[in-house]
Amino acid sequence: MSRGLGGSVFDGLKFRKVSSPIHNLDPRMKFVYVIAVFVAAILFSAIIPLAILFVMALPFVLLARVQKQWLRSLRGAAFLALFIFVINVGGSYFTHGFTLLAADWENAAAMTMRFVVLVESFSVFFLTTSPDHLGLALEQSHVPYEFSFAFTTAVRFVPVLAEEAQTIMDAQKARGLELEKGNFMKRIRNYVPVLIPLIVSAIRRSLELAEAMESRAWGATKKRTNLYELKLRKGDYALLAIIIVILALTVYAFLYVHVPTVRSFFGYA
Amino acid sequence: MALIEIKGLTYTYPGATQPSISDVSLTVQKGEFVLITGPSGCGKTTLCRTFNGLIPQFYQGELKGEIRVADLDAAKQPTYEMARHVGLVFQNPENQLFALSVEKDVAFGLENLGYSREEMRKRVDWAMDLTGITDLRDRSPHEMSGGQQQRVAIAAVLAMQPEIIVLDEPTSFLDPLSAQKIFDVIHDLNKTLGISVILVEHRLDLTARYADHIIIMDQGKVRLDGDTRAILASDETRLIGVGIPKATLLYELLQNEGANLPETTPLSSEELAKMLQEALKN
Amino acid sequence: MLMVEDVHFSYSSSIEALKGVSLTVDDGEFVAIMGQNGAGKTTLVKHFNGLLKPTSGRVLVDGVETTKTSVAALARTVGFVFQNPDHQLFSETVEEEIAFALKNFGYAPDVIEKRIEWGVNLLGLAQYRKTSPFMLSGGERKRVALASVLAWDPKMLILDEPTIGQDHQQKENLRQFIMQLQSQGKTIVIVTHDVEFVAECNPRVVLMREGKIAADGEGKEILTNPQVLKESSIVLPQIAQVFSILNAPGLPKDVIDIYEAKTLLLKKLGVTSR
Repeated sequence: MSRGLGGSVFDGLKFRKVSSPIHNLDPRMKFVYVIAVFVAAILFSAIIPLAILFVMALPFVLLARVQKQWLRSLRGAAFLALFIFVINVGGSYFTHGFTLLAADWENAAAMTMRFVVLVESFSVFFLTTSPDHLGLALEQSHVPYEFSFAFTTAVRFVPVLAEEAQTIMDAQKARGLELEKGNFMKRIRNYVPVLIPLIVSAIRRSLELAEAMESRAWGATKKRTNLYELKLRKGDYALLAIIIVILALTVYAFLYVHVPTVRSFFGYA
Repeated sequence: MALIEIKGLTYTYPGATQPSISDVSLTVQKGEFVLITGPSGCGKTTLCRTFNGLIPQFYQGELKGEIRVADLDAAKQPTYEMARHVGLVFQNPENQLFALSVEKDVAFGLENLGYSREEMRKRVDWAMDLTGITDLRDRSPHEMSGGQQQRVAIAAVLAMQPEIIVLDEPTSFLDPLSAQKIFDVIHDLNKTLGISVILVEHRLDLTARYADHIIIMDQGKVRLDGDTRAILASDETRLIGVGIPKATLLYELLQNEGANLPETTPLSSEELAKMLQEALKN
Repeated sequence: MLMVEDVHFSYSSSIEALKGVSLTVDDGEFVAIMGQNGAGKTTLVKHFNGLLKPTSGRVLVDGVETTKTSVAALARTVGFVFQNPDHQLFSETVEEEIAFALKNFGYAPDVIEKRIEWGVNLLGLAQYRKTSPFMLSGGERKRVALASVLAWDPKMLILDEPTIGQDHQQKENLRQFIMQLQSQGKTIVIVTHDVEFVAECNPRVVLMREGKIAADGEGKEILTNPQVLKESSIVLPQIAQVFSILNAPGLPKDVIDIYEAKTLLLKKLGVTSR
């Protein structure tokens, strides 16, 4: 019987089996989109374009109906975002001779926004792409089969290992093991009776998996075929168009447009 | 020509002091349903792995003697070649499923062998139909019961259309009803498709009825080999300590006390009940 | 010894695994909890040592509510042997494995030594005292796990699917061992779907279905009731199957013992026993 995994920022990465136009897009095209956003985010250092990039993700999130999980992932990233903000402000404070200009605040905000844009676009990608879709994309992208196989197999066994870890903890607790007791060192040592069975079990499992693989003709030919095939469809071409537009605008804006700063609206330099 | 021909097979795992099987000789004909049983440690699991070359190729170690399966030298032929002729289904259903959907798992072997998409699609649908899992095609392995997972494993092996399917204690982790479903599927494959079956099992009460040929091993050697009814009725079997079906034991007890029932040893409760019904009519 | 009062338990908001289970187990009883996979057997027994706490209702072990104490404290009274010994074994030697729980419970070193000696002898592991448990066979590892739980002599012993993967002789040894423990006053609970094994032991049987108790009573009665068994997806033991199919007038249907079956059938066939 499978039990749900807990987690905060991980909820932002877990795929949900919902059918939406976004879910049905070719993962390779979605990945190219993420890269495009990535490039744009790197090129711009001002807050207004970065904020625009952030807002651009919203229609995708809503179309895919993954708002709740997406917000959860943002919440998970909030701590790190705050950290980045503080570091930037602090850095400016010291380099500008112990004062802070309006520019410093805006720059720190821009850096933070860049981080958020990167996290959020990856989050949308993982939320709307199933692991088998991803595995398939890897297979078809001429990545060596060993890697995509390792990836999909690992994902397939995550819930199994999680359940096993829980069972092992239960088994040892039933022998009087108290995981929460003791100082820091003792607590680490308390996990030995949990880790060893887990590792031994993982090794045994790998052996059995290898046996099964060999018995199903693993390595028979280098020209491995595939039951499924990813084909680009209308939606993917639409996304491609969007990607091209973004990149074109980015390059144009980067080269020719003077991006106004927020502080200039308030009369700061 | 026999489907499996083994002569004087002895195998020692790397680093072991004793061989796990010694001087094993046996023959399996096309279309047979063979039951292999014996106490824990008798070597039946080791023997299974020689059929498709896992021993000695995957496990290394020392193999002596001859083994020919489907007219191939199982010890020398690469395992991926043997996979076309011998399908192996293991004890733990969970560790035989790699993919994130049932279909893809069933296709795994075919993908490895480089079949075309059309051919794969046909074979996958066929195998899923025979094992009754067509409606599970998009499920992920973790969402299924052990019995369902094991049927996927059987379908995955079946898709490669081997001449023989070997099952090593496939129902250990399953409850009796799920186990029964598995045996029904295997029996069906044997009867309707003529696929030879080698089943390693402890639960003779559920399986003895299917086998025309039984092999009983003990401590690495073949002790008894032949007709199921004759062997399960013999004293030597009882001494080795295998789980003879209760119906068979009851029959023996009744016969010993002069019940005068027909000579054919029953292998299931149905057979014994029928026999008793006949006897009571008289 | 153990009281379960209208326990409901849900793993998550959507799956209710136990839907109002009530049960009493007295000291020294031998109970087999049976049912299909997913009926709630393991979920139920995990409440006995506090690994799981009820969502509503209560569980009392020797009068103490499980929510009011820790798993470690309850474990002293209720020993739990899990299905897969590899989920418990981690030590360098069999000795250390047996000593693990004893150390957790704070036993003195000389007592620990005595208990290890007792445990290895009880389960025929004396020659493996200094061996790594990982070097042992599957059956031997099961015995190490069992020894490591019996070492602290809990009043109640829970065995989760103890017969899986065991051959005929091993099951017979296990059965005799359980009878021996029971004669020493231990309360034994086994979770199993092995009907033949339960038929041999003939304990009290608690049959579960979809999170509820479908039947609770004498093994012989429950295991020979085809209607009850069908609903809970359990098969009849072979001897009972014979009688059920035979359906002869004058022959009882609740037979699970092979010798009783023999006597009844011989009489019915009109054979005078020698």
